Formats: sequence, structure tokens, C-alpha cells
Amino acid sequence: MTNSTTHKPSLWQRHAIFEKNSIILIVGILVAISIGGLVEVLPLFYLKSTIEKVEGVRPYSPLELAGRNIYVREGCYNCHSQMVRPLRDEVERYGHYSLAAESMYDHPFQWGSKRTGPDLARVGAKYSDDWHRDHLRNPRSVVPASIMPGYPWLEQTPLDIAHIGEDMAVLSIEGVPYTPEMIASAVSDAKTQGSADDGATAAFLKSYPKAITRDLGGNNGRLTEADALIAYLQLLGTQVDFKLYDDKANIR
Amino acid sequence: MALALLSAAFALGALIVAAKAYTPEYAFHAYIFAAAGVAGVFAVVNRYYNREAETPQLIEGKPNYNFGPIKFATLAAVFWGVAGFTVGLVIALQLAYPFLNFDLPWTSFGRLRPLHTSAVIFAFGGNVLLATSFYVVQRTCQARLAGDLSPWFVVLGYNLFIVIAGTGYLLGITEGKEYAEPEWYADLWLTIVWVVYLLVFLTTLWKRKEPHIYVANWFYLAFIVTIAVLHLGNNATIPVSIFSPKSYIVWSGVQDAMIQWWYGHNAVGFFLTAGFLAIMYYFIPKRADKPVYSYRLSIIHFWALIFMYIWAGPHHLHYTALPDWAQTLGMTFSIMLWMPSWGGMINGLMTLSGAWDKLRTDPVLRMMVVSVAFYGMSTFEGPMMSIKAVNSLSHYTDWTIGHVHSGALGWVGYVSFGAIYCLVPWLWKKKELYSLKLVNWHFWLSTIGIVFYITSMWVAGIMQGLMWRAYTALGFLEYSFIETTEALHPMYVIRALGGALFVLGALVMVYNIYMTIRSPRTALMGSQASLAPGE
Repeated sequence: MTNSTTHKPSLWQRHAIFEKNSIILIVGILVAISIGGLVEVLPLFYLKSTIEKVEGVRPYSPLELAGRNIYVREGCYNCHSQMVRPLRDEVERYGHYSLAAESMYDHPFQWGSKRTGPDLARVGAKYSDDWHRDHLRNPRSVVPASIMPGYPWLEQTPLDIAHIGEDMAVLSIEGVPYTPEMIASAVSDAKTQGSADDGATAAFLKSYPKAITRDLGGNNGRLTEADALIAYLQLLGTQVDFKLYDDKANIR
Repeated sequence: MALALLSAAFALGALIVAAKAYTPEYAFHAYIFAAAGVAGVFAVVNRYYNREAETPQLIEGKPNYNFGPIKFATLAAVFWGVAGFTVGLVIALQLAYPFLNFDLPWTSFGRLRPLHTSAVIFAFGGNVLLATSFYVVQRTCQARLAGDLSPWFVVLGYNLFIVIAGTGYLLGITEGKEYAEPEWYADLWLTIVWVVYLLVFLTTLWKRKEPHIYVANWFYLAFIVTIAVLHLGNNATIPVSIFSPKSYIVWSGVQDAMIQWWYGHNAVGFFLTAGFLAIMYYFIPKRADKPVYSYRLSIIHFWALIFMYIWAGPHHLHYTALPDWAQTLGMTFSIMLWMPSWGGMINGLMTLSGAWDKLRTDPVLRMMVVSVAFYGMSTFEGPMMSIKAVNSLSHYTDWTIGHVHSGALGWVGYVSFGAIYCLVPWLWKKKELYSLKLVNWHFWLSTIGIVFYITSMWVAGIMQGLMWRAYTALGFLEYSFIETTEALHPMYVIRALGGALFVLGALVMVYNIYMTIRSPRTALMGSQASLAPGE
């Protein structure tokens, strides 16, 4: 394979430059590994078709956000996906397939990779708050064959939301449309959502349409981690009204 | 002295953070960092006063290799390996018998599973890579490791990162991104350690007398550089406050998913593949006493592998809300990736031509060769599972878990065990291992364990995937979700049995290594082992 007639160095000999110079080798590695990543990632930020245009997706309320953080903290994503695929059995089992728009405010995304338990993308409003509370305390009390761990400490741990406004401020830097007013009223909004109508409910619902507001804990507005988690779970998959959603308009 | 002051300032800063931390868990971590800072001051000062005039680079004309940090990383790898395998066994049992979660936060599956994955990948695998890369770069460059304190800083700093990450999971501190769970402050710390790692590796390379860089070092370099890029890309977070352990990733939704699996799949590609291929390219030729089969094949293997791997991420997102064009690209490159992967396998296996008889007599070499065979098997299975039609069945099921473990236990595990079995006598200047018979026991126990593991997961995954999509004659879904869960129980028990055998095998290794280091009868007579051919 050596090109002796023209005395041009063969490709194999040219490769020696990478073998003899560590900096050139590093540059070569960086070029080789950059192309694929750039081609696959960058267009997702500027192609408008990446995220469908839909009505109804809003940022999480402070209580839902706190609940989501508990979902992340306990590693629920290790066993539950939040991504219904457009396959016949999944749509029949869980509901409409998931849209990219439905997780556009999710930092981080929680689509998951394993279904040791069922998909949760559309679990909202499927079960009662009481069912969720029983299920979190002891999953086998409502689903005898369940292999899910029990989470009895969630309803015994008071919810720490003192700093939730700071969390929302960081998310607003990252592009979640929280207004300064929403951030300022974060703690009181969380309390409003977790209790029966306390007069502030109407104003709260204006900021966070379709949020559930009710006495989640059943213990006089003293919010627990279970309340926050249930507020989050009850929201999942309920924001987009699929009676109004046009599948054809968003074919990608 | 500046280093000592830096450590002191670091310790003080950590103490202030600890005092004002939002959560007790975060304060605990700040105290650990403070303690590490204080220890750093002592180490630096101690070193300063006990310094020799200059560490000799050569002793009797031979390079004065620096084996201390390598010994530490080797033992750390063994320790974390056993710990990580055991946690894996525990969570396998939890899936079969859920009462083992004990209704406690610190022992629930959701917190232990990241502990298992990080312990085996980053703690066990990472320490194996640190140990072998520092060993290989010294031997192939015939030069002492660059720096004096810095190699120790890399090894100890990396293990500090492991402790912070692992205890964080148990305390509920997580970014919630698979295989990238450590929070912002652990990530920052790892970044510092990693930069020093790259510098130590590079400056040692620069000390080489041979003009060519040995092929194993290309793979180590690709591993170090690419992991740095991936780590920075996938951990671009903004902390809520310096006093809070919590941070939010700047990416969201579909973009976050793509970046996560760009990271996630290339953690497989560059941490668990490129780094361990470097081990293959040094330890198999050395142990078999044969040169690498084809130099040209290794050039093609290297560039094709690192170029194509980076594209494969979207196969983790088939049929999701990720746009179809990205899914198709991911699938295409995943299938093409089969070729460089098998090119590497062929290069590793064919290195044994003329030396196949050694498999009968040398269980260490057998372990490494079987690891390359497992590499070939899982790099065939992977491209197959990345085909969308196959993936629609396999995704979300235990088939994926089985696939990962045929790669992790069979390939990464075995090539690591082989490297450790080679390294321990070399590092501690022993003639041979305490017992090759025990290596044989380790080999067979864990091989049977792996077979139990992956076959049970194949059955579990394919069965559950088929049950999810089964319809009755009337057109209704045949099984509720929980019925498919119930059906998995026997497979979960068999899987745990396989895991137990694998742990048992690892314990045999621990005993063997302990006896090798302690036992006087394995002490090396005469001078150091000779260099390998092809260096």
C-alpha cells in the first residue's frame, strides 16, 4: 500500500503526525467527537418544529415545583417514565402520546428510561388524592402485588418551601416565564394551593390555571412533602386539552 | 506553600458554607470538604518539610516509576467494586422482595439505584481507569509520572468526589439525570480533579523518549478529553444558592433529553469503552506476550469508534417527543457503530493468534479474552436494540438492563479483573498471584452469575414487552400493568442469584489479592519485570 512510485507518503504514514504529537492528537479527538454532538443538538434549539405549538402548558406552581423536586430527590425516574410513545398499546393504556411541549419547562426532563412501574406522564386526575396518599404510604395497601417502595416519611415531613422563590428565580433566568410577582408570592401561593379556598384562590388560579387547590394534607394547611408530591402528580399530563389539540398541525 | 494556603482557604470557605447551609445534608458535605481541605494543608506542609532534594527520575538506569497513587487506586477499585456489586445485589433483591426497602429514605430503591450505578461505573470503573492509565502511561513512555503531589491529588480527589456523590444520593441530593446525578458542587470538584488528571497524563506523555504515542494512550486520551466535554455539557446547572445543594440544569425538556443521552451514551462510549479498550490494548498483548494483531486496524478502530459513538445517543429516545430526524440519525450511527466495535474486538482476540493455548493455563488471560468476547456480544446486541422496531419492544423493559450488564459485568468487569490481577503482582513486586486456582474460581462463579443475569433479563424484558402490547380477541389490552410486574418475579429472583454469584466471585478476588500482597511466598526474587514487546 506504500506509494513508492510517486514518493507520496501513504495515509498510514501521514497518520504518524497524530501518533507523535499529543496536542495534535487531542485536536483530532476534539474534532471527531464534536461533529456528531453539534449536528444532533444544535438544531433542536433553533428548529421551530422541535416543540409543538399548543395551548395550556404553564410553569409549575410553587407547590408543584416543590413536589417535582421531591420526585427528583427520591429518584422516581429510576422506575417511572414520563413519556407515552405513539404506539397503539401505550396510547390505549396511558392516553395521548406525550408532546415535547409538555416538558418544555422541565429542568431537568424526567422522561425516564425504564418502566419498572407504569408511565406517569398522564397520571394526573386519574386517582384521588387519598389514593395517592395511601399508595405513597404503603403501595401494597392499594395495589397488593406492587413492588414499589413505601414512602411513609413523606407525609410526616413538613414541606420546606422557605427558599422556593429562589428556585423560581433561577428557573426564570433559565427561561421559565415566572414573573417577579409570581416569585414574590411563591410561599403564600404554595399555602393557598395546599388549603381549601382561602380567598386568595382566585388570584392564584390566574397565575396557575387548572392547578388543583384543595386541602391536600387534610391537616389544616400544614403542608407536608406528600402534599407537594401529590399536587405535582395530579398535574401530570393534564395541561393540554387533547379535545382541542390538532395532531395533524404538528407533524414533524 | 501557596498550595497549603489554597487548601486552608478552601477549608475555611467550606466551613462558612456549612454554617449557613440550607439543609443539614448539604452542611454535612461542606464539613467533609472542610476536612479534606485541612488534610490537604497537612499533606502539603508535611511534604514540604520532608522533601528530598529531588525525586530521582532514574534508578540504576531504569525509570523510577511512581506506583503509590496506582496502588491506592487499585485497592480503591477493589473496595468500590465489591461495594457497588453488593448494592446492586441489594436493589435486585428489593425488586423481588419490596419489603427490603424498609420504608426508610436512605434505603429505598430510588436512592440506592444511582448509588449502585455510580459505584460500579465511576467508583470501580473510574479507579480502574486511573490506576491502569497511570501505570500504562509510565511504562509505555518509560518515564516517571509527572508531578509529585498532583498524581496523589487526582487519585484522592477523585475518591473524595465519589464519597460526596455517593453519600449525596443516600441523603437525597441529586440532579435527577441518570449517570450524572451528582450536584453542582460535586461536579465542580470533579472538574478540577479532571483537569489535573489530564495535565498529569499529558505531561507524562511529553516525557517519553519514543517518538510514537502507544495506541493504548490514544484511547486513554480520548476518554479523558471526551469525558471532560460531556461532563461540562450535561452538568451546565445554575445553583439556587451557594448555600443550597440544589441546582437547575439550564437545558429543559426535549433539548435536555437529547443532551442527557448524548452524555449518557457516551459515558458508555468513552468511559466504559474507550478507557477499557486502552486496558485491552496494553494488558492483553502484555499478558499473552504477543504484539497487537494489527496496528492499522487499531488506527481505523480508534477514529471510527470515537467519531461514530458520539452520534448514538438518540437511540435512547426512540418514539419519544424527540424529532424523528434525530432519532433516525441516532439509529443509523448506532448500527454503523457495530463495525468499529467488532474491529476492536477482532484486534483484541487476534492478538492471541499463536498463543491460544495459554487460555488453558492462564485464567487471568482467559478472563480478559472472555471480556473481549462479551464486548463483541454486547456491541452486536446494542446496534440491534437501536433499530426502532426492536426498540419499540425492548425500551423501558429489563432487556435494556440485561444488555447493560452483559457489557458491564462481562466486558468492563472482566477486563478490569484481568487488569487488577496483572497489576497487583507488578505493583507490589511479587512473582505471581497468590493463587491461579482462585482466579479460576472467580472466573467460573462470575461467569455462571452473568449467564443467570442476562438470560433472566432477556426473558423478563421480552416477556414484559410482549405482555404490554398483547390484545385479547375482542381488541382490549390483555394485561394490566401490575399483571406484567407479577409475571417478572421468578426472573427477578434468578437475576439476584446471578448477582450473588458475581459478588461471591469478587470476594474470592479480594482474598486472592490480599494474600498476594501479604504473602511472603509470592515475593519477587531478582529485579523488576521486563517490559512488554511492542512498547
